[in-house]
Amino acid sequence: MNSVKERLVNGIVKENPTFVLMLGMCPTLAVTTSAINGLGMGLTTMVVLALSNVFISLLRNIIPDKVRIPAFIVIIASFVTVVELLLQGFIPFLYDALGIYIPLIVVNCIILGRAEAYAYKNPVLPSLFDGIGMGLGFSVALTCIGAVRELLGAGEIFGLHVMPDSFVPVSIFIMAPGAFFVLALLTAIQNKVKINGEKKGKDMSKIQSGCNSDCMNCSDSGCTRRLYDEKAEKKNIETAAKDTKEGKNNG
Amino acid sequence: MVKDLLVILIASSLVNNVVLSQFLGLCPFLGVSKKTNTATGMGVAVIFVITLASAVAGVIYKYILVPLDITYLQTIVFILVIAALVQFVEMFLKKFIPSLYQSLGVYLPLITTNCAVLGVALTNVQKNYGIGTGVVNGFATAVGFTVSIVILAGIREKMAYNDIPESFRGMPIVLVTAGLMAIAFCGFSGLL
Repeated sequence: MNSVKERLVNGIVKENPTFVLMLGMCPTLAVTTSAINGLGMGLTTMVVLALSNVFISLLRNIIPDKVRIPAFIVIIASFVTVVELLLQGFIPFLYDALGIYIPLIVVNCIILGRAEAYAYKNPVLPSLFDGIGMGLGFSVALTCIGAVRELLGAGEIFGLHVMPDSFVPVSIFIMAPGAFFVLALLTAIQNKVKINGEKKGKDMSKIQSGCNSDCMNCSDSGCTRRLYDEKAEKKNIETAAKDTKEGKNNG
Repeated sequence: MVKDLLVILIASSLVNNVVLSQFLGLCPFLGVSKKTNTATGMGVAVIFVITLASAVAGVIYKYILVPLDITYLQTIVFILVIAALVQFVEMFLKKFIPSLYQSLGVYLPLITTNCAVLGVALTNVQKNYGIGTGVVNGFATAVGFTVSIVILAGIREKMAYNDIPESFRGMPIVLVTAGLMAIAFCGFSGLL
């Protein structure tokens, strides 16, 4: 059970998808207008992530390498549809609050990224807990951001009035610009931690800005993956050509 | 009719700007906005793909999903159609219009799983737009994206010479800029 605990801690703390890896920024910014919305979105994503990780891990020996991305997308999209219908039926207020961002979980970098980076290569149980850990990390992050925005923008947390009456809500924080400012502060803090850590000689390579900085290089997170993986094939050909060339030179 | 379309055009491109008020397509918005010319290229590619995707998604929804009564499969169908469409467009351009491929080709793979494309297709369905209206909405949304990414790239080019606090260098200052742009775009809400 060691690996289970390790996976959970990894997802929530060491590789927190929002605070450390900076993945899935669209829903992070869009739905964190209040703590409850953030929590709802986080838990919804967690369910999809855990289920899709389990299924991809189960099917990892059957799915051919070349068409793995479309296969992942179909699996993820199916679970998103299931979860969407369940939410519509049982938790309608959350369904209304999250709106179009529920079906858009399909294109969330975190899910495709975990499928590619973990579930496709590992057995079922660790994959399940990897999904739960990452999902919990995402939920914690979204709830924190949501709580801060709600506190500053409406003077409430989870709908409870907590600020003194003299506090005038800075309503820009629950509007769109506030999301950008909160995320800017968050990335600035992250930069600071990274710079300080590097000064002390610690390995900070895990902290990255994910899709945010350069979409073209975030190959691990799945943003730029194509349906048919031409790049992988090209790479194989190139390395093969290189090998033969070197072989000739040596010979 | 024309008036309705005009309202959609303004609403989707400026008032409900896809990036600055709906947060869709943030990846390319933040990632490919270092220079104005690459930002313009990305913008044109997005206009092309989103307009085409909303047309195709609209046709599929109206003539396949609705008659068969399987509209609940829209998410799966749309994402697959969009991903396949982008690949197909890329191959088509490579083969038949190489000059256009040279200018747009690099950006196309970036758009495959862009949430803005799927977002527009789903919004069209949610708002009950017909195929024609859906295409207009898609085009307007993409124009909104292009406008905001080009503006951001322009600001970033100027900002490169500024002295920015160490921890705010890179992404944070870009996000602050985007936030200020979002405030400016809030002003458009008085238009309608």
